[in-house]
Amino acid sequence: MSTVLPAGTPAPDFTLHVTPDQQLSLKELRGQPVVLVFYPADWSPVCGDQVGLYNELLSEFRKFNAEVLGISVDGAWCHDAFAHDRKLHFPLLADFEPKGAVAKSYGAYRQGDGVCERALFVIDKDGIIRWSYVSPVAVNPGADGILDALEKLSK
Amino acid sequence: MSKLRVPVTSEDHAQGPADAPVTLVEYGDYQCPHCGHAYPIVKQLQRRFGNKLRFVFRNFPLREVHPQAEEAAEAAEFAGAHGKFWEMHDAIFENQQSLGDRLFVQLAHALKLDPEALAKSLRAGEFAERVQADFAGGARSGVNGTPTFFINGQRHDADFELEMLTAAVNEALPQKSRAAER
Repeated sequence: MSTVLPAGTPAPDFTLHVTPDQQLSLKELRGQPVVLVFYPADWSPVCGDQVGLYNELLSEFRKFNAEVLGISVDGAWCHDAFAHDRKLHFPLLADFEPKGAVAKSYGAYRQGDGVCERALFVIDKDGIIRWSYVSPVAVNPGADGILDALEKLSK
Repeated sequence: MSKLRVPVTSEDHAQGPADAPVTLVEYGDYQCPHCGHAYPIVKQLQRRFGNKLRFVFRNFPLREVHPQAEEAAEAAEFAGAHGKFWEMHDAIFENQQSLGDRLFVQLAHALKLDPEALAKSLRAGEFAERVQADFAGGARSGVNGTPTFFINGQRHDADFELEMLTAAVNEALPQKSRAAER
């Protein structure tokens, strides 16, 4: 059922706005593990939602020298306001134009809803996906899968 | 299904027998309204199941969004080091709307703890490492918000209202020990 790119696939490169006037390319992060967090939308009204949770856990991810990137189809200004409101300390990327193109390249786009799946990817320092997972869109998957995958990479 | 990675030990704050057939672990944040909501529900669960249930509380403060949560957690751990963990845990949840330095001083007085010693402990971050250890263990176990409950080591993914939690605890019990669910 899931179309997300499986472990062993090279992670498709992309360049997306990380702030209204700056862009980030995945290949700039070669040399360290990267955690890609695709999620449906900013501003869900729950304390400890998935994005907020990973924000709290940044020190745990950084133990593995991993960079965390959030991606949704929201625009850069929306991300800007959301990141400020929730005091987020990791980049949110705008998969805004063409809409969902990066998510589609990862098999992580919900065509009917027009938002990203709640999909996680752990990419190694050489740009290969080593773990991927899709959570039901209503369930916050937590960080254990990510941390287990990062730990395997570091062995 | 996420599993608890850090087994319950005698170092944990636990209520109920160590050999109870069901252990309920909560990872909580003292400033979180959802944990505040869960607080009386857990108490009802404990009344319902008595000695069949062991309840364990561990810290998972969402520091970015709840600025008082870390301090509250450390205050409770301080109280725990003086034999009054549950009294402080309960008192904080019963006074969530007044969280802050003044509350901890008041509670210290009420619980016959030394407020000076508490203040010193908080300034020094005496229990920060313990709180962080809970937090990291929770992250590895798949804690995905607060409160997150584990029943006999399995993360409870349904809601945490009384009916749902009772059903989940019952399911973890041997058939003949089960409590009424209404």
